Amino acid sequence: MLNYRIILFAFAFIFGIIFSIPSITQSDSGKKITLGLDLQGGLHMLLGVKSEEAIKSYTKSVAATIKYVLDDEEIIYDALSVQEETIAFEILDEDEITKTKTLLKKELQGVVLSNNGSNFTATLTPEQILKTQQDAINQAVETIRNRLDQFGLAEPTVAKQGEDKILVEIPGIKTAADEQRIRELIARTARLEMMAVDEERIARVNVMSEAQAKKYGDVILKDVYNEEEKYLLREIPILDGSMLSDATVGFDENNQPVINFVLNAQGGKIFGDFSGKSVGKRMAVVLDDKVYSAPVIRERIGGGRGQISGNFQVSEAHDVAIALRSGALLAPVYTLEKRSVGPSLGADSIKASSIALAMGFVVVALFMIFYYGMAGVIANIALVANLFLILAVMALFGATLTLPGMAGIVLTVGMAVDANVIINERIRELLNEGHSIAKSIESGYANAFSAIWDGNITTLIAATVLYGYGTGAIKGFALTISVGILASMLTAILGTHGIYHSILPKIKKEKIKFWFGIKGKGK
Amino acid sequence: MEALKFNQSVGFMKNSMKFGTVSLILVLASWVLLATKGFNFGIDFAGGTLIQVQYDTKAPVQKVRDVLNQTEQFKGANVTYFGNEKEIIIKIKTVSTTVGDDVGDNIKKAIATTGNFEIRRVDMVGPKVGDELKEKGVMSMFLAILGILFYVSFRFEWRFALASVLALVHDISITIGALVLLQIEINLDILAAILTLLGYSLNDTIIVFDRIREGLQSVKSSKLEDVIDDSVTRTLSRTTLTSLTTFFVVLVLYLFGGEIINGFSFTLLVGLTVGTYSSIFVASPMLLWFKFSVVDYRTKQVQREKREREKDKMRAQFEQGVL
Repeated sequence: MLNYRIILFAFAFIFGIIFSIPSITQSDSGKKITLGLDLQGGLHMLLGVKSEEAIKSYTKSVAATIKYVLDDEEIIYDALSVQEETIAFEILDEDEITKTKTLLKKELQGVVLSNNGSNFTATLTPEQILKTQQDAINQAVETIRNRLDQFGLAEPTVAKQGEDKILVEIPGIKTAADEQRIRELIARTARLEMMAVDEERIARVNVMSEAQAKKYGDVILKDVYNEEEKYLLREIPILDGSMLSDATVGFDENNQPVINFVLNAQGGKIFGDFSGKSVGKRMAVVLDDKVYSAPVIRERIGGGRGQISGNFQVSEAHDVAIALRSGALLAPVYTLEKRSVGPSLGADSIKASSIALAMGFVVVALFMIFYYGMAGVIANIALVANLFLILAVMALFGATLTLPGMAGIVLTVGMAVDANVIINERIRELLNEGHSIAKSIESGYANAFSAIWDGNITTLIAATVLYGYGTGAIKGFALTISVGILASMLTAILGTHGIYHSILPKIKKEKIKFWFGIKGKGK
Repeated sequence: MEALKFNQSVGFMKNSMKFGTVSLILVLASWVLLATKGFNFGIDFAGGTLIQVQYDTKAPVQKVRDVLNQTEQFKGANVTYFGNEKEIIIKIKTVSTTVGDDVGDNIKKAIATTGNFEIRRVDMVGPKVGDELKEKGVMSMFLAILGILFYVSFRFEWRFALASVLALVHDISITIGALVLLQIEINLDILAAILTLLGYSLNDTIIVFDRIREGLQSVKSSKLEDVIDDSVTRTLSRTTLTSLTTFFVVLVLYLFGGEIINGFSFTLLVGLTVGTYSSIFVASPMLLWFKFSVVDYRTKQVQREKREREKDKMRAQFEQGVL
C-alpha cells in the first residue's frame, strides 16, 4: 500500500544511500565528506601579525627613497635617521631647501613632510599607518598562501580571521619533521637586503654598542654561521627583496646549494649604480637580519643578478627560494593557537569513533527489537535511513567531519530512536486502553508529536548557538547533531508512520505481542 | 517487553519535599564547590601547551618528568598516562609565539633520550585566545538558555516554562558540580557537552509536562497533586526509556570512543542521569510550589472554548447572511 509518507521516506532513503556511497567507499568521483584535521591529521594554526614591524620597515623604505632621491639629485645632506615613524635629516646647502621640498613631495606618499629651516622631518600619516597595518595582514595571507602552494601541499586553507588574525589549516602532513619544515616556511620573514658595509668604522665594530652604531646611521648584524663575527652596515639598505623578480636553487663550484636571484629593472639599475660607485668596498647580502656574505665589489655589476651562499641543506635552499619568490612578509607572524594532529592519531580516532558508532547502533537496535518487537525493527529501519541521510547531506554540502562530529552522529543514534520510543509508548498506551490498532497508531503519532517536536527544537536551539560559537572541531559536532535531528524528523516520525500505513492490513490483533511487544487487548 | 508499568498512580507528590530537599542540597553544594574549588580549566581556556606522545613500549613517565625538570623551560611539567601505558600527555603552562621552532619541537628535543616515541598531537593555545574562548563560551551558554527560555514560554503556560528552565538550571548545576568535584579538565568539548545538555535535558521534562497538560483535562480529580501523579506515572516508562537509548550510546562512546572524547561523554552521562531524575522528581512539584491551580486552568480553558464557539457561531451566521 503506497502513501505519501512511505514514498517520501523511500526517496529520502535512496537519496541517502546514493550520496553517502562516495564518502563510505572513499571513491574518487562524486562529492565526499571532508575529514577534519583531527581525523586525517594536519596542522591548524591561528597566527597574529606584528604589524608594528611593517610600519617600521615602511618608514625605513621611505628613508631609502629619500636617500635615493637626494643622492640622485646630488643634494648634500647629513644626519639622516629614523625614529619610530619619523625620518629626520638636514640639508647642508640652504639654497636647495625648496628644491628638496618639491622633489620629495612628488616622490613620497602617505607622509607629512615639514621643515624648520634646513632641518627636515617626514612622518607617516595616521591613514598611512592604518593602511600599512592592513596591507601587512592581507599581504601575509597572500604570501603564506603562495608559499604553501609552491611547496606543493594538497589543499591548504589560508584566510584572514577577524580583523588581525590569520587562520592556516593544512591537512595531510605525514611527519613531525615535515610539519616543522612547513611552519618554518610560513614564518620565514624572507627579507632580503643588500647593505653597504661602513668601511670607515667597521674596524671598531666589536667595541661599539647598538646605540652608538645607530647614531652613525649604522646597524650591527651578525654573521649567519659565526655569531662572533659582526658587521657594521649602513642602516638604510641599498635595495631589498621587493625588487626581486626570481629566485632559484643552484649549485656553486663546490657543488654546494646556493640561491640565485634576479632583480627587476629598477633593482638592477640601483644595484648597478651602487656597485659602479663602490668598487673596492664591501656589500653584505643580508637575509632576515643575518649576514650571509659580504664580498668586495670588484667592478660595476650589471644585469641585476646575485647569489646567496651559505651551508644550505638542499631542502632549506629550496624553502628559502620559495620564500624569496613569494615575497617577504611585510611583518613577522606569531602563533596565537596551534593544534597539530599526527596522521596515526587521526586514524586511531577514526577507528575508535567508528567502533563506538557501530556498537552504539547495535546496542540501540537490539534494545529496540527486544523491547518493542517489530515496532523496534521499524524504528531501526528509520535509524539506518537517518545515518545515510546525515552522511549524504554532509557530503552534498562539502561539510567537514570532525571527531566531535562523529560523537554527534553517535549521539544522534540515541536521540533519533528517542522519537520512536515516545511514539511506541503512546501506541502501547492506547492499545492497552483497548483502542483498535489503526486508531492506536494514528492517535499515537498525533499525541507523541508535540513532545518530540519541542524536545528537538530545544536541542536545535542549543546546537545552533554552538555552531555560532564555532571553533573548528566543535562546529563539526553542532553540525552533525543538527543534521541528525532534522533528518530524524523525516525518518523517525514521517518514515515509520508511512511504514505502518503500508503494512497496516498485515498487523493482526492476535499477533500484537509480535508487533508491539505487549500482551494488550487490542480489538 | 514492558517495564515500569503501574496500574495505579504512584504517589510522587507525597514525597516531593524530600526530593526537593535533596535536589536543593545538591545544587547548593555544586555552587559552593564551584565558588570554592573552581573549574580546572584545560588549555583551551587557560592557555598552555599539551603534547601527546606515544612510545614503542611502556612509556617512561618518571624518566620524562626527570628529564623535563632538568630543563629551565619545562620545569614542573605535568606528565600523565593517557588511555594506555604507551601513551603520555605532557602539559605545560607556557606557550611560544615562535611559529617555526615552537614548544612542541623543544619538548621533542628535551625528551629525545627517553626512548623511541612519536609525537601524536600538539595543542598550543595562547592566553589571549583562551580568554576569548572563555568569554565566548559564557556568552553562548547565556544565549542558549535565553533561546530555550523564549521557546518554552511560547509553548507552555508561564509556570511550566519557569519550572522547566529551573529544572534545566538544576541539571546543569549538578553536572558542573560533578565536573568540579572530580576536577575534570574543562575544555571546548566539555562546553559542547553542556550546551547539548541544555537542549536535551528539556526533552524528558517536556514529555512529562506535555502529559500533565493533557491530564489537566482528562483526570477527574481537580487536585494538582493527583493530576501530576497520574501523568508522571503514565510517562514513567517513556521518560526513562527515551533517556535510556541516548544513555546507551553515550556509555558506548565513553567506553570505546577513545580517550580524547572521554570528558565529553562523561559530562553527558552525568547530565543525562541528573536530567532524567529531575524530570520525574523535581520539575513537576515545582508547578505545585508555584501555586498552579487546576481549577483556574480549567475555568480559563472552558471560557476560551466558549469564546471559540461563539466566534464560530458568529462566523456561521455572517456567512449565511443572517447578521
